[in-house]
Amino acid sequence: MTKQVCSNIGLWLLLTLLLGNYVVDLEASHHVYKRLTQSSNTKSPSVSQPYRTGFHFQPPKNWMNDPNGPMIYKGIYHLFYQWNPKGAVWGNIVWAHSTSTDLINWDPHPPAIFPSQPSDINGCWSGSVTILPDGKPVILYTGINPKNQQVQNIAEPKDLSDPYLREWKKSPLNPMMAPDAVNGINASSFRDPTTAWLGQDKKWRVIIGSKIHRRGLAITYTSKDFLKWEKSPEPLHYDDGSGMWECPDFFPVTRFGSKGVETSSFGEPHEILKHVLKVSLDDTKHDYYTIGTYDRIKDKFVPDNGFKMDGTAPRYDYGKYYASKTFYDSAKNRRILWGWTNESSSVADDVEKGWSGIQTIPRKIWLDRSGKQLVQWPVREVQRLRTSQVNLRNKVLKPRSKLEVYGVTAAQADVEVWFKVRGLENADVINPSWTDPQLICSQMNVSVKSGLGPFGLMVLASKNLEEYTSVYFRIFKARQNSNKYVVVMCSDQSRSSLDEDNDKTTYGAFVDIDPHRPVSLRALIDHSVVESFGGKGRACITSRVYPKLAVGTKSHLFAFNYGSQSVDVLSLNAWSMKSAQIS
Amino acid sequence: MTKMNVIIVTIMMMVTEGNKIELTCKATPDFNLCVSLLKSDPKGVSADTSGLALIIINKIKELATKTMNEINGLYKTRPELKQALDECSRRYKTILNAGVPQAIEAFTKGNPKFGERGMVDAGVEASKCEEGFKGKSPLTSLTKSMQATSNVGSVIVKMLL
Repeated sequence: MTKQVCSNIGLWLLLTLLLGNYVVDLEASHHVYKRLTQSSNTKSPSVSQPYRTGFHFQPPKNWMNDPNGPMIYKGIYHLFYQWNPKGAVWGNIVWAHSTSTDLINWDPHPPAIFPSQPSDINGCWSGSVTILPDGKPVILYTGINPKNQQVQNIAEPKDLSDPYLREWKKSPLNPMMAPDAVNGINASSFRDPTTAWLGQDKKWRVIIGSKIHRRGLAITYTSKDFLKWEKSPEPLHYDDGSGMWECPDFFPVTRFGSKGVETSSFGEPHEILKHVLKVSLDDTKHDYYTIGTYDRIKDKFVPDNGFKMDGTAPRYDYGKYYASKTFYDSAKNRRILWGWTNESSSVADDVEKGWSGIQTIPRKIWLDRSGKQLVQWPVREVQRLRTSQVNLRNKVLKPRSKLEVYGVTAAQADVEVWFKVRGLENADVINPSWTDPQLICSQMNVSVKSGLGPFGLMVLASKNLEEYTSVYFRIFKARQNSNKYVVVMCSDQSRSSLDEDNDKTTYGAFVDIDPHRPVSLRALIDHSVVESFGGKGRACITSRVYPKLAVGTKSHLFAFNYGSQSVDVLSLNAWSMKSAQIS
Repeated sequence: MTKMNVIIVTIMMMVTEGNKIELTCKATPDFNLCVSLLKSDPKGVSADTSGLALIIINKIKELATKTMNEINGLYKTRPELKQALDECSRRYKTILNAGVPQAIEAFTKGNPKFGERGMVDAGVEASKCEEGFKGKSPLTSLTKSMQATSNVGSVIVKMLL
């Protein structure tokens, strides 16, 4: 009897074991996939990662989007960012956190803000830091509550004596601001609080992005003590037809000069201030800004003539650039701009490589002397990565010629060129209907000659130009018999990779410079990102490329001129860039 | 009079609700497909635009699952197609494990642009899978369904931005 039972049990055990194995094999494929991706994400990045950056900020793995709460506190720069701890797509978002003393090399810390109270239990979305008059930093951020509504919450450092401010505590009074039947705020369109600023009445003001149908708006909230907030009856500004306003930013700039201005500042005596309102438009996936004045009595932003806060406004960057945010760097008296650049590769590629999203190199930002646009330039600190300089002087680029630049690590480089254009009178007259530089660039690729141009750089290029990304200029006359010119800058990714899977859209921008004077172009090249600056930061274009051949040591750099006129290269400086500690 | 007003308003609301699907679908490239997808879900009739987007993304999820099953079957019946099937597996797994969950979270929480990516990408992944067969695909009908559904969904998402 016992033997029967034993053998039955034994048989059962065997059967269960077999079944157990079989069931494991049958484990839902998505669980297996999850396990595999999680384990491969912890593998060392030596597993073929040709596209990870050498000096652009990015976490070791997974998805990153908006930069959050950038600030400087006790001499240490902080960057928080939207991060998914679980994968290479957006989701499960927390505030990841890194610090730096130089904006280039970063130390990672544990996530600072993650779901922990009802007011953020379903997500900790973007927000900003305000430095209070006593020097304490406070975070205002969007949380997703149990009903999946967007609300605004407050967090402050747990321990101000920790120079890295690693831990943050949230107010039990959260949320500070929430949609309700009285205020009529759209609960799925109420997010991204800005840095707050003090009014003459000693009240704080903050704006939050929102929309009502197709009207984009910046909802204003005020507070005396940073704890009790009241919605203002009127928004700071709005625009009908622009759609949702994400990631608003509102800050003062000096009318003249390039130094920064603290967000609450009224300016020095005899100093003229202008204000900048910036929004990220959900609809077009671009960042736009307008210059104007801040009416402090009515709490309204009034754009200057010619500016409208919609898709016609100028952009910080005419390429892949979104969710940008500035902060005032009190240590060096400058305003600094951070911007998120997503991938141009497919979702499948992102999942396979295990990461998605980078930040651009932080840029100093200030008002151009014309008063009509902002100018940006990579922070000086990035130049400390420069090494092994190559210098070319006074070279003539004949028509249909190119010049290889040897001696730099072409996949990780900083290049600055000054061109002198000859024979401006031979420039073609611009077609008056050509008002969109992106269309001009995408309809005329580098093989199309014009009177003046294309001339510029070919970066992340393969030896025989099977692959290349070209960043170049074309110069047109504004009108027949005119001495005024239109300079177009293009970033052309159409031949950047043999892989058909990527987004290879061409980008273009007008550069407001006089081509009678030397024309400058700077490119920060970093494996799968090219940040280009035309006219010393008057036009910026960031692009993402994924070459199959022009990778690492097989990447080349050329200056080129495919136009019908010669162009002088007054000087070309190229540096190999050392790698930074990027997170 | 007020009773009459209430009745009229209620009727108008009911009519508008019923019409919301038709109004929404008129803007899409495939009206009939759009209407049939949205009406096949009991929540469709009273859903707002976010809700309609969620219905479409769930249809994409169902279709991707169905296609994955088809692919798994083809490994046995058409072993010579292994290479193309591997690529398709990768593509459809991306839809199911990355695109769809991201889109569901995005539409539920009110950040539609991240849902847009999942919606649009479903059609892209299906196309890439189809291309791998170099004209001799056993999945063409499923691919076309996915592309059409993705196209409808992409238009609906745009209304949320």
